[in-house]
Amino acid sequence: MADMTEKATKKGRVVVKIEMCKGCNLCIEYCKRKVLRSSEELNSMGYHPAEPDEQMQCNACMLCALVCPELAIEVYDE
Amino acid sequence: MNKVFMSGNHAFAEAAIRAGCKCYFGYPITPQNELGEYMAEHLPAAGGVFVQSESETAAINMLIGASATGARAMTSSSSPGISLKQEGISFLAGFELPGVIINVMRGGPGLGNIAPAQGDYFQATRGGGHGDYRTPVFAPATVQEIVDLTHNAFDVADNYRTPVMILGDGMMGQMKEPVVLPEKVKAQKEKEWALKGRGNGPSRYMASLILDTLEMEKHNWKLVRKYKEIEKNETRYEEYCMDDAEIAAVAYGTTARIAKGAIKRLRKDGIRAGLIRPITLWPFPTAIIRETAKRVKKMVVFEMSTGQMVEDVNLAVLGEIPVQFHGRPGGVVPTPVEFSRIIYREYEMIKKKSS
Amino acid sequence: MKLKNKWPKYYKKDVVTHYCPGCGHGIVHRLVAELMEELDVGKRAICVNPAGCAVLAYKYFDIDMLESAHGRGTAMATGIKRARPDLFVFTYQGDGDLSAIGTAETIHSANRGEHISVIFINNAVYGMTGGQMAPTTLLGMKTTTTPSGRNPGYDGYPLHITDVVATFPGVIYAERVAVDGPAGIQKTKRAIRNAFQTQIDGLGYSIVEVLSACPTNWKMTPAQSFKWITEVMTTEFPLGVLADRRKKG
Repeated sequence: MADMTEKATKKGRVVVKIEMCKGCNLCIEYCKRKVLRSSEELNSMGYHPAEPDEQMQCNACMLCALVCPELAIEVYDE
Repeated sequence: MNKVFMSGNHAFAEAAIRAGCKCYFGYPITPQNELGEYMAEHLPAAGGVFVQSESETAAINMLIGASATGARAMTSSSSPGISLKQEGISFLAGFELPGVIINVMRGGPGLGNIAPAQGDYFQATRGGGHGDYRTPVFAPATVQEIVDLTHNAFDVADNYRTPVMILGDGMMGQMKEPVVLPEKVKAQKEKEWALKGRGNGPSRYMASLILDTLEMEKHNWKLVRKYKEIEKNETRYEEYCMDDAEIAAVAYGTTARIAKGAIKRLRKDGIRAGLIRPITLWPFPTAIIRETAKRVKKMVVFEMSTGQMVEDVNLAVLGEIPVQFHGRPGGVVPTPVEFSRIIYREYEMIKKKSS
Repeated sequence: MKLKNKWPKYYKKDVVTHYCPGCGHGIVHRLVAELMEELDVGKRAICVNPAGCAVLAYKYFDIDMLESAHGRGTAMATGIKRARPDLFVFTYQGDGDLSAIGTAETIHSANRGEHISVIFINNAVYGMTGGQMAPTTLLGMKTTTTPSGRNPGYDGYPLHITDVVATFPGVIYAERVAVDGPAGIQKTKRAIRNAFQTQIDGLGYSIVEVLSACPTNWKMTPAQSFKWITEVMTTEFPLGVLADRRKKG
């Protein structure tokens, strides 16, 4: 997994693969910046997938991807 | 043609080594301990692997692992131990993996005893494990045949990708006879289906779990086609003094040798008796027995059990002629005199009826 | 923007697993796939997967796999490794598979010091079959076969199989970790790396027990399950290195 130290000032972005997420909400639980939240929508499996909240600023710390059991989260940084 | 004086148990092992058996997994159980001991001493020296497992269950599963990599693998045990391997044998059938399983049968059921017996016929030929599968079952009667059939078992197992079982018994395992040993197999056919690590290519897996019922059904019918092929090509038996026989004994393994002794006696007294000796118990030599039923007046089935192969004989004969059974279960080894009296009595009955 | 977490090479792309939401298997699967790549053993790896929730692991790992009968994984792995010592062989098993029906295979493969690695997912229940008591079910823990909670007088005690095999000289590395949050996941990966490295270096047998969440059968949310592991499960199954006989230097 990526190095966890240089996370403070960095800009990041997460993409949740809607059809792979099972709405376990672990990423939401552990994201320190509350970037992720549960979507109102349902995916084809009938789960509320996680989705990034555009107002919140992700710093690509990778915690969400670390705890995701489904490899449903892609983390991007500069 | 140098002959070596060898016990059955040692012959199983030496023949396997010469057939290119790479891995042997076994667990001590009388009356076949010497087989594992021989492997411990000779297989590593021949570049192979010997592992004494913690149970017969573990041994058959080690065999599955080795076989999955393409290695020729064998395990051996005796009756109770073979019961512990049944799950594994069913998995081998489902996986379509080769493997050779030696059963040096002993008295049963339960702990039974360590004397020779033939009470595992149903288990071997009807499939002692779960699910629809068959297993080629070879029945040697001499130590030379142990060598030949063990050597052949590896080819049949590989060619058809199936477990193959050999049914010996405690007497045959301990008994020594002169044998001619085959040359060691040089190279073996490459098994492209074997698991070797994916390398750069796509990964592969072997699983016997097939959740889709239609797929499982397809797999079952595929196995049936394989078994039909085996039935066509691998059925073997011996006919002894059958040319002019009016009464036929049917027996395999040690019991067949005893029956031959009885027939030799009877022939001296002009009794036209003969023997059909199945060498493959599965596929059972149904055809020859059905044909013979048209030209002999009665069959007498001898087994060291309470009667199991007799059912296959009846299935072949279908009531065409009477089929008499004489069995000695529990590890009792009958004598040629005993068999000759039985055959003579049955022979007299058919003579009386026809006169 | 650059993608930081590329898809692991030895993990089948975009396959939705059959595991329940929040199940620990998915996380451990990813860690194993990453290590296959980082330690460069994926090409010569054979994983023996169990009968249990991970019976379908071959749909996810992109390495050669052999599915074992329930409990027989370490015996099969023994056969593979003995036949092909050059292959990287590891089993991936659940608590029922490894420490109930497979106890003898587990103990004796460890005692023989087979050069295999064992990944032992301990979620304290039988997951696939619907949440029955497992050997590692905690005292007082409700399962479908301990409806009023595991009672030692009746159901015996949680089995510490990894601690047992850790006493064997043939066991070179044994550690218990927990997938109970980011830090636990990092430690789990390090532990599995050590175990895999033990085999790569030809030192012998290694085992990693991973306390893992089973939200569905624990009847908790995934986040609650993680907390329950941290706060409750580790009191019964303390984390740490249980055996380290790797020769230094």
